[in-house]
Amino acid sequence: MFQENSARGHFAMTSPSQAAVTETDTPGLVPDGLNSKKKRKTSALTGRSPGQLMWARFKRDRTGVISACVVLFFFAIGLFAPVISKIYGKDPYTRYGQNTPGLLINQYPAQPNGGISSDFWFGIEPGLGRDVFMQLLYGIRNTLGLAVAITIVSVLTAIVLGVAAGYFGGRIDYFVGRFIDLLMAFPNQLFYVAFVPVVAAILVAPEDEMPPWLRAVIIILVMWFLGWMSLARLLRGQVLSLREREFVEAAKVSGASPWRIIRRELVPNVMTPILVQTTYMLPNFVTSIAGLSFLGVGLVEPTPDWGRMFANAADYYRNDITYLFFPGVAMVLFIVAFNLLGDSVRDAFDPKRAR
Amino acid sequence: MNATDNVTLPQPRDAAPAGKGATPGEPLLVAEKLTKHFPIHAGFPIKRKVGAVQAVDGIDLTVHAGETFGLVGESGCGKSTTGRLLTRLMDPTSGTITYQGQDITHANRKQLAPVRSEIQMIFQDPYSSLNPRQTVGTIIGGPMEINGINPPGGREKRVRELLETVGLTPEHYNRFPHEFSGGQRQRIGVARALALEPKLIVADEPVSALDVSIQAQVVNLLQELQRELGIAFLFIAHDLAIVRHFSQRVAVMYLGKIVEVGERDDIYGRPRHPYTHALLSAVPEARLVESDEEGRERIRLAGDVPSPVNPPSGCRFRTRCWKAQEKCATEEPPLVQVTGNRAGHLTACHFPEEPTTAARSEDIVLDPALAAAEGGEAASEDGKKL
Ligand SMILES: Nc1ncnc2c1ncn2[C@@H]1O[C@H](COP(=O)(O)OP(=O)(O)O)[C@@H](O)[C@H]1O
Ligand code: SF4
Ligand SMILES: [Mg+2]
Repeated sequence: MFQENSARGHFAMTSPSQAAVTETDTPGLVPDGLNSKKKRKTSALTGRSPGQLMWARFKRDRTGVISACVVLFFFAIGLFAPVISKIYGKDPYTRYGQNTPGLLINQYPAQPNGGISSDFWFGIEPGLGRDVFMQLLYGIRNTLGLAVAITIVSVLTAIVLGVAAGYFGGRIDYFVGRFIDLLMAFPNQLFYVAFVPVVAAILVAPEDEMPPWLRAVIIILVMWFLGWMSLARLLRGQVLSLREREFVEAAKVSGASPWRIIRRELVPNVMTPILVQTTYMLPNFVTSIAGLSFLGVGLVEPTPDWGRMFANAADYYRNDITYLFFPGVAMVLFIVAFNLLGDSVRDAFDPKRAR
Repeated sequence: MNATDNVTLPQPRDAAPAGKGATPGEPLLVAEKLTKHFPIHAGFPIKRKVGAVQAVDGIDLTVHAGETFGLVGESGCGKSTTGRLLTRLMDPTSGTITYQGQDITHANRKQLAPVRSEIQMIFQDPYSSLNPRQTVGTIIGGPMEINGINPPGGREKRVRELLETVGLTPEHYNRFPHEFSGGQRQRIGVARALALEPKLIVADEPVSALDVSIQAQVVNLLQELQRELGIAFLFIAHDLAIVRHFSQRVAVMYLGKIVEVGERDDIYGRPRHPYTHALLSAVPEARLVESDEEGRERIRLAGDVPSPVNPPSGCRFRTRCWKAQEKCATEEPPLVQVTGNRAGHLTACHFPEEPTTAARSEDIVLDPALAAAEGGEAASEDGKKL
């Protein structure tokens, strides 16, 4: 009981105000006489790292917490799509509308609202008659999977090239910098649209069937190629100023290797921009992937895909707007939530710049 | 005159105890003709070298084991660069650095490893010298980790001891730098420098970023540590007051050159170089404590240190020197023991001053505006000389 009280009493003082208390900098080697008792008690708890402080600030931001929940929800349903499919009792491939007579009439769902019923929660796909709920779930799963993969390789590339350019400078910096300039000049979407088929043609002979995983790899490669530069440039700048900081010199004076300095001194200090940028990058990749699918160069049938649902819906929307509704609302919700999350993360890391 | 109350600087003291491992008095770190020029590149599209910042230009300097050596000069005259050359954070343009008889001028990281643990550094800015993402324990334990040192009882125990040694409490182990004040951060930096039990610590203006009331405490700490552990110190400062109580020997630097070097008493009591006179005169009287006679000379220098890109020919101080003559522009004065100096007291000046700091019949005021403001006849006359 007493323990808890003193601990809580301390908690309020952990932040910078604590510094003021202990500031009474006594000369010499003798620890403070007067307030040493108090200090001993109060400093028993460990300090809070910048990351913990950031987390505490983030938790107070309601918008951030809600959007984080929404984003997590999307990832969760993507991750557990197979489980949900089991419980729901349907899969995204079976053409229920064609197999069961009466569900589709003249291509369109017989029931109103796109065929929504207790069997088909989000209705039935016009034409092929597949289950929209399953299509969307697996579409989200595949699209997010791709986006996460592209984000991971892009961020890793940005860290390696950006930090190396910033830390080593000189020739490495020059070549990385010019390479980034060159790639920045490419128009992203156009490049994706043009190069997915090109790379596909290089890797697979035209008469062969391309396995779905290879198509996914091609999309990842092409989008990764133009995905890493802005973060790399940002990190280069940050590292350029960090490497002049005296704590890096202190590590050098003790004989630290460049690898250790990068790993222990530099990268932990650029985690903030990495995290913030990641929260902006991922939704961008999601919309780009959807765009590719819409234009017909993304994942192809029968692999379920979020973006292709829009392309299909575009053919039917006059008579069946419901088919467009669910993927559309899901996409808007996801992108908005993710961008709000990005803003909140940035604010939490950088309280001075917050509103 | 006594010191004002808020700044109680430690009293000067003489013999230092033996540094462990090295015989006291024997040369520990020797720099010869040490030079650092930072090239300036310009031009488009192909950059070319168009000049160089002559930050350090051929200085000779010896730090003996267990000795406290002060390096003083105005801001921008190359003190930090010298410190970074001596700790091999920068590569010299030319010259040699010898540590305990071993040439380390061009040693690479692997070759330097054994020396690294013996030369440590304390930095000027307590806010940039500690990694904000590491705990105090990680920061102070870092040097031991890098060098694979496992003290008996473990690193953590040693770090906690070190925290106590520098006047913090062992419980600060898990704290982060942002939870400490400037003075405390500097103590953490001192603990980190001590972690490897070095023989030499280069302290680059360790207190000039601190609050005046904290400065004396940190200097006190350094002095006690020095006395207890017998570590040699190269103490860099931009003002002669702090160094006085700390250093057995003092070198005065101006624009990349050492202009005067000697025992503390020689520099403070019998300075010969006009620049040393000017620096001494700039120290507020209250901070020079005891041996001050009533009247001290008053010298006001005009302007700033000239650019190290294009230093003046001959004697670099001549643009601000009241004794400058033609010879000063054509011939560079060598750093030698001028007549009247004691052994080891070297001065680089063609026309050295009298070895006293007593008041002159006329104040030297080289700043025309200042001279006008003070309205002194003699002063304005002196000002015209410029
Ligand atoms: N990395 C660098 N590149 C270019 N010029 C530098 C660099 N470091 C220092 N200088 C220049 O060298 C001169 C001496 O600097 P410094 O050693 O920091 O002086 P001090 O520590 O005495 O104030 C200054 O003119 C400064 O601008
Ligand atoms: S050499 Fe000449 S210019 Fe230089 S300090 Fe001496 S008198 Fe002044
Ligand atoms: Mg400096």
